[in-house]
Amino acid sequence: MCTIVPISITVGANRIVPTIAIPHPLGNPNLTMEDEKALRRKLTEVALKALETPIEDQTVFEVK
Amino acid sequence: MIRVVHYINQFFGQIGGEEMAHIAPEKREGIVGPGAAIKASFKGEAEIVGTIICGDSYFAENQEKAEKEILEMVKSFNPDLFIAGPAFNAGRYGVACGAVAKLVQDALNIPVVTGMYIENPGADMYKKEVYIVSTKNNAAGIRDAAPKMAALALKLSKGEALGAPEEEGYIERGIRKNYFATERGSTRAVEMLVKKIKGEAFVTEFKMPDFDRVAPAAPVADITKAKIAIVTSGGIVPKGNPDRIEASNAQKYGEYNIEGLMDLTSETHETAHGGHDPVYANEDPDRVIPVDVLRDMEKEGKIGSLHNLFYSTTGNGTAVLSSKKYGQEIAAKLIADGVQAVIMTST
Repeated sequence: MCTIVPISITVGANRIVPTIAIPHPLGNPNLTMEDEKALRRKLTEVALKALETPIEDQTVFEVK
Repeated sequence: MIRVVHYINQFFGQIGGEEMAHIAPEKREGIVGPGAAIKASFKGEAEIVGTIICGDSYFAENQEKAEKEILEMVKSFNPDLFIAGPAFNAGRYGVACGAVAKLVQDALNIPVVTGMYIENPGADMYKKEVYIVSTKNNAAGIRDAAPKMAALALKLSKGEALGAPEEEGYIERGIRKNYFATERGSTRAVEMLVKKIKGEAFVTEFKMPDFDRVAPAAPVADITKAKIAIVTSGGIVPKGNPDRIEASNAQKYGEYNIEGLMDLTSETHETAHGGHDPVYANEDPDRVIPVDVLRDMEKEGKIGSLHNLFYSTTGNGTAVLSSKKYGQEIAAKLIADGVQAVIMTST
């Protein structure tokens, strides 16, 4: 889970989930605490989904 | 006169091809095969006093024994300099040349030079330890390789300063040396940029490391049964940073227990990471590692469990070699603890 996806691709990560910002990848201080936690949950769910997904090559799992 | 011993395989020793690759090491007085080209390149400054020939399979299959035998033979010639190969793109031969050159360098403390094609597996294995002249991928390359190997070997013997790898023709060893440039950095950078824009060739002054590639792991069969761990390069540590993990170029990683913790707060944890504004991570460390969410999911049965240890270092300016070492150690611990999947976060 990272914000600068091209770096993760360069260093060879295989399952990549794009995140919010460098200093707060899994949060957004502009939201309320509740909304922020919901956002974090959504991102984490994508990461778990990625872990369950068979892949052949490096794959970016977009958060919708 | 500088006394040289030369190491070659059964093929270049004119004993035979693959069918003779099993032969044990043997020594001959004077030059054999490619030794003639190397001798000519010494132009009378050094003499090949002996040649050692060993079968490639013999070396690969009995390395420890072969090394002992070869070292004794090398010693018997009392050399000042040792040359192995060149091996071009012959894999077993390249590995043998690298291993024997390193062995002689370590045991006898004399200069050693070998030669091989950049893609020879021996090049990657030994380029950091011994000088390997970059050669063509086949034996026709002896005409280029012999003068380069001889020149480099003579320089090393005489203790002369070596130039950069591209000037001397050897494969980069990953050593940086300071020197005074004639133009300052900004001028060199602009010149490089202009060349790049024009589509002209330019040489970088700071090469990116080679990143390896790992085949993707098989997916987790059932995430609701899986034990999941958190690893981060975002520098989250217990409040006060007990292991004093460095803000940049981390020299270590930390292992921290979160047993019973449902939520990270500014009271319990903080970030050790430099290079970006730490305020957001310090206010709520879950913004870097999602402990609160994973604890909820653990309770709801969406995941099997959250591992009670998390691992953390700072990714800021941390060397690739260090990261690799930490990664290997962390992975071994996670496997030993029965972890099936990892969420890795980075800032």
